[in-house]
Amino acid sequence: MNYDWSWTVFVDLSSNGVDTYLYTLLMGVGWTLALSLSAGVISLFFGSIVAVLRTAPSVWLHFIGTVYVEIFRNIPLLVQMFLWYFVLPEVLPKDWGDALKQMGQPWGQFIPAVLCLSFYGTARLAETLRAGIQSLPRGQGQAGTAMGLTPLQVYRYVIMPQAYRIVIPPLTSEFMGIVKYSSVALTIGLLELTGQARAMQEFSFHIFEAFSAATAGYLAINGCVVMAMHYLERHFALPGRIGWKARMKLSGSAS
Amino acid sequence: MIEFNNVSKWYGEFQVLDNCTTHVSKGEVVVVCGPSGSGKSTLIKTVNALEPFEKGTVWVNGISVGDAKTDLPKLRARAGMVFQHFELFPHLSVTENLCMGQIKVLKRNPEEAKAKAHALLDRVGLLAHKDKHPGMLSGGQQQRVAIARALSMDPMVMLFDEPTSALDPEMVNEVLDVMSDLAREGMTMMVVTHEMGFARRVADRVIFMDGGKIIEDCATSEFFDNADARSERTRLFLSKILQH
Amino acid sequence: MNFDFNAVIQAIPYLFGTGMTFTLTLTLAAASMGLVLGTLLAVMRLSPYRLVSVPAGIYVNTLRSIPLLLVIFWFYFLMPYIGAWVTGASRPINIGAYKSAIITFTLFEAAYFCEIMRAGIQSVSRGQMAAGLAIGLTYRQAMQSIILPQAVRNMLPSLVTRVIILFQDTSLVYVLSLTDFLGAGAKIGQRDGRLVELYLFVALVYWVICFSASRVVKFLERRTRVAR
Repeated sequence: MNYDWSWTVFVDLSSNGVDTYLYTLLMGVGWTLALSLSAGVISLFFGSIVAVLRTAPSVWLHFIGTVYVEIFRNIPLLVQMFLWYFVLPEVLPKDWGDALKQMGQPWGQFIPAVLCLSFYGTARLAETLRAGIQSLPRGQGQAGTAMGLTPLQVYRYVIMPQAYRIVIPPLTSEFMGIVKYSSVALTIGLLELTGQARAMQEFSFHIFEAFSAATAGYLAINGCVVMAMHYLERHFALPGRIGWKARMKLSGSAS
Repeated sequence: MIEFNNVSKWYGEFQVLDNCTTHVSKGEVVVVCGPSGSGKSTLIKTVNALEPFEKGTVWVNGISVGDAKTDLPKLRARAGMVFQHFELFPHLSVTENLCMGQIKVLKRNPEEAKAKAHALLDRVGLLAHKDKHPGMLSGGQQQRVAIARALSMDPMVMLFDEPTSALDPEMVNEVLDVMSDLAREGMTMMVVTHEMGFARRVADRVIFMDGGKIIEDCATSEFFDNADARSERTRLFLSKILQH
Repeated sequence: MNFDFNAVIQAIPYLFGTGMTFTLTLTLAAASMGLVLGTLLAVMRLSPYRLVSVPAGIYVNTLRSIPLLLVIFWFYFLMPYIGAWVTGASRPINIGAYKSAIITFTLFEAAYFCEIMRAGIQSVSRGQMAAGLAIGLTYRQAMQSIILPQAVRNMLPSLVTRVIILFQDTSLVYVLSLTDFLGAGAKIGQRDGRLVELYLFVALVYWVICFSASRVVKFLERRTRVAR
């Protein structure tokens, strides 16, 4: 077979005639990181709020949380991306819509992409956190309530500090998911890592060098995510944790 | 101090509390016993509104628990509760467990709260463990910390929900000893327990519940020593629980 | 804003006849073949021989660490070369976007199915295998008649959830210009200048299907819990 593999293609000039492919790929990594980090932080914040709503004793709060999650979990991410990018400017008041449409590259793509990934990520993280909250023994909340803490204080000081620790492993794969899903932004023209690799493949015809580089980039980014989460898990591990786990199982089955 | 008037509660169709009327006076120790599912835990949890109820009234020191206008966190802060599974906060050190309520609810300054926490840990014999996390302590030690945590709020009444039933047998006494000391000092206490020896030694009154109803409500000596005056169900329960 | 949902109504035969048919075909093909391959991978990963378990682990973890979109591009361009290598042809063989999509989704989903199967098998307590061996069954018999039936019941909700995600993810074949349900909507929308209406309708249909399917998962979960 005759595929002409070349390592030097990365230092060739890219289609813009100024930067090397290596540079444009690194720019792609930068946008992927910016997109994933923004969406990750926003999703964690609002996901926590929705998770609290989903576990709240009030029927109405629970209902609002559930509706949110069910809407954003059950529409394909790519369709949501198109809704944010193509449909939102049309249904907003005309001035706003025009303002959105006139935003140039790359912010005109970046902002809808962050919105899309954040709304979607919020729903996913909310479900992960809800599972963590519900895995705590019910007595923990009662103990906080019994000492006179308000419901918000119970969440803030008793429930959430424990729930975050429990969900670190599933949270790791959710954050990796956000990094992976950020590639969908290429469909609205954001040149993140996959988008840059695709551009390189189209202009240089060095298909597999381009995709290998992108693959290495994602493996590196997600490797960092895994290591960071491992660090957090160790850093926040609780002394006497084994006994603690055994006791949680005990009180879980007794109630 | 605590008055229950015709308290009833349902879980859907199932009635957990059926017209319960009783009282606890200041300084009194009342033991509540009965078979599992008899509603005894539910009854003491109505005192600090952990369990809402549909009918009747519960008064604590002149405050109506069921009243929508009652400031529940304020009421709860004055009623210490000890749980079956301790429910210490595993992410906080022992000292922090004792300080949380004092600082967040009673608004004490951290120094004052810490001093009080250490004094109480000393009292239950656990000052040496003040900086450990709950997971590093034995069950008996954890329950003593939980009692100290409840005491840190200067409660006017202490509620115990089966405080020894999750413990290994050899740890039961260290917890009961702390409770007996409390009773001797004049603390008002409601205790759900199967420890009949403790009831006989420490309680002023014993309440026996079955099927959500209060079947017996009498002085301790009357409850244990005048078996003929007891109901059929009480005698059956006592014969089962006292056999070994 | 003036919506014209007539455009949607007229497009319905095309949307479902062509678009949804393709989406469902791709979903079912990738799900069934991915399940077979995923089971094989799971057995490999659980094997005591490192020569077998390690490659399977690398395959699964690599595919789970990179975006599906990138995998779609990879196979779209790689397939012709693999085809040439397999058939011994001298130049890359054009196998087309359709076959390429089915192969891609099968290989990609297999990695996810593998992890679900592995978790399902490991969720059955070790005591069950011991009990099976204790009454005289062989390892294979115990696996077949004791472990796997329990494992399948435990992992059924996760498997169905994964198929729902697969159903949603098939919309990504948009980048290969295939006419799946979303692609059909986009084509009509661009032709008639009615993108807003078409995208909203497409979103609604996806939502109704995925939401209903997620209710089925809820039902399965409840049944699994009761049965335990």
